[in-house]
Amino acid sequence: MNGAADLGGMMGFGPVVPEPEDERFHADWERRALALTLAAARPGRWNIDQSRHARETLHPAVYLTSSYYAIWVQGLERLLVSSGLVSAEEIAQRRALGPGEPARVLTAAEVPAVLATGTRADRPEHRPAAFAVGEPVRTVVRNPTGHTRLPRYARGKAGVVERVHGVHVLPDAHAHGLGEQPEWLYTVRFDGRELWGADAAADLTVTIDAWESYLEPGTREGSPSSA
Amino acid sequence: MHKTVGNFGAGTAYGGRVAAGDTGQAAGQVAGHGDNTMALRVEALESLLVEKGYVDPAALDTIITTYERDVGPRNGAHVVALSWVDPEYRQRLLTDATAAIAELGYGGRQGEHMVALENTPDEHHLVVCTLCSCYPWPVLGLPPTWYKSAPYRSRAVLDPRGVLADFGVTLPEGTRITVHDSTAEVRYLVVPMRPPGTDGWDVEALAALVTRDSMIGTGVLAAP
Repeated sequence: MNGAADLGGMMGFGPVVPEPEDERFHADWERRALALTLAAARPGRWNIDQSRHARETLHPAVYLTSSYYAIWVQGLERLLVSSGLVSAEEIAQRRALGPGEPARVLTAAEVPAVLATGTRADRPEHRPAAFAVGEPVRTVVRNPTGHTRLPRYARGKAGVVERVHGVHVLPDAHAHGLGEQPEWLYTVRFDGRELWGADAAADLTVTIDAWESYLEPGTREGSPSSA
Repeated sequence: MHKTVGNFGAGTAYGGRVAAGDTGQAAGQVAGHGDNTMALRVEALESLLVEKGYVDPAALDTIITTYERDVGPRNGAHVVALSWVDPEYRQRLLTDATAAIAELGYGGRQGEHMVALENTPDEHHLVVCTLCSCYPWPVLGLPPTWYKSAPYRSRAVLDPRGVLADFGVTLPEGTRITVHDSTAEVRYLVVPMRPPGTDGWDVEALAALVTRDSMIGTGVLAAP
């Protein structure tokens, strides 16, 4: 979707403000927000793509005026309600109005193993890859109302395959309860001027990671008019 | 059966409107830091989830301790420093970063599929996630606030040299720049160039020179 989270190429946000390496949180509630977001995923009612979609569908004015952990908190509330674990009334009233459902709960003892294991996104290769390293490609032009990981600035652009990562879960399907629909995943590199026009730095390259359905065969020349 | 998650359009409890409670603060100001409204909201959410039996508070404490004390950019610094002194390790890191990083005992959540990017005099790598906040947690810990914020996410792909200037970094003439937008579950670790004047240093001393920002690409390492 063309939401506020798709920030690449926007302007007017001002300078980046660096911060020291040991500054991990700016308020204690941020610690709890992080931990709650991780722990609440343990019952398995949503996946990472659904989490991202819950955040990116916040109203743009809300998204752009919320700190990142505030975005996470609001995303978590939506996931809890849409999964049925908690009701909207319970969120609003800030108290339980009934017993919880049976759910797998993350224990302190499990935390190290769960964090150290993670969740792999790669899947068995079920068909040959359509593209090889060095091959020219062009990203599709598409404006889905649902989740996608193809940023607006990289749609309809000519690039070259730089890496082939294997077969990965497709977020566009996974975010909507449509299964994993795994596809080959590639790193695609673009010339800065292909993305941004003649004003871009001549020596800028940008890469994205793109699933196979984000790509079409390109032309060797790679110029926009030759496709 | 539980409900399907993933459709958050207008018509859901939260869709399509901007309520005062959602923004927390006036537009133009980023809600969050030191924000008492959000502190109360998170406290209420935690007690609700504990009361419903979905969350164990002790697990929350362990998660926080893990990322405040155990998992941070010193892990990545170890990887980078070893790659400077051990050419075979460096080769393994550049070939299969996930496995090479696992050799040192680092891995897991948000580092399941790692790629190492080698900075050279000819090419400087910079990593961003324009769509959210993807970041290699096992080697760098939790992302800094600026990494997740609009100024960095919007500008890194369009004007990376302008972003570097915000960090006080100017690349030499002749160094081209490659920006990596982390749009999938692949996570990127920049391997900065070894600073001059460090011949004969051991891994531990070298690791102390490696900054977090140099492993994102927003920093370069000066001679000690």
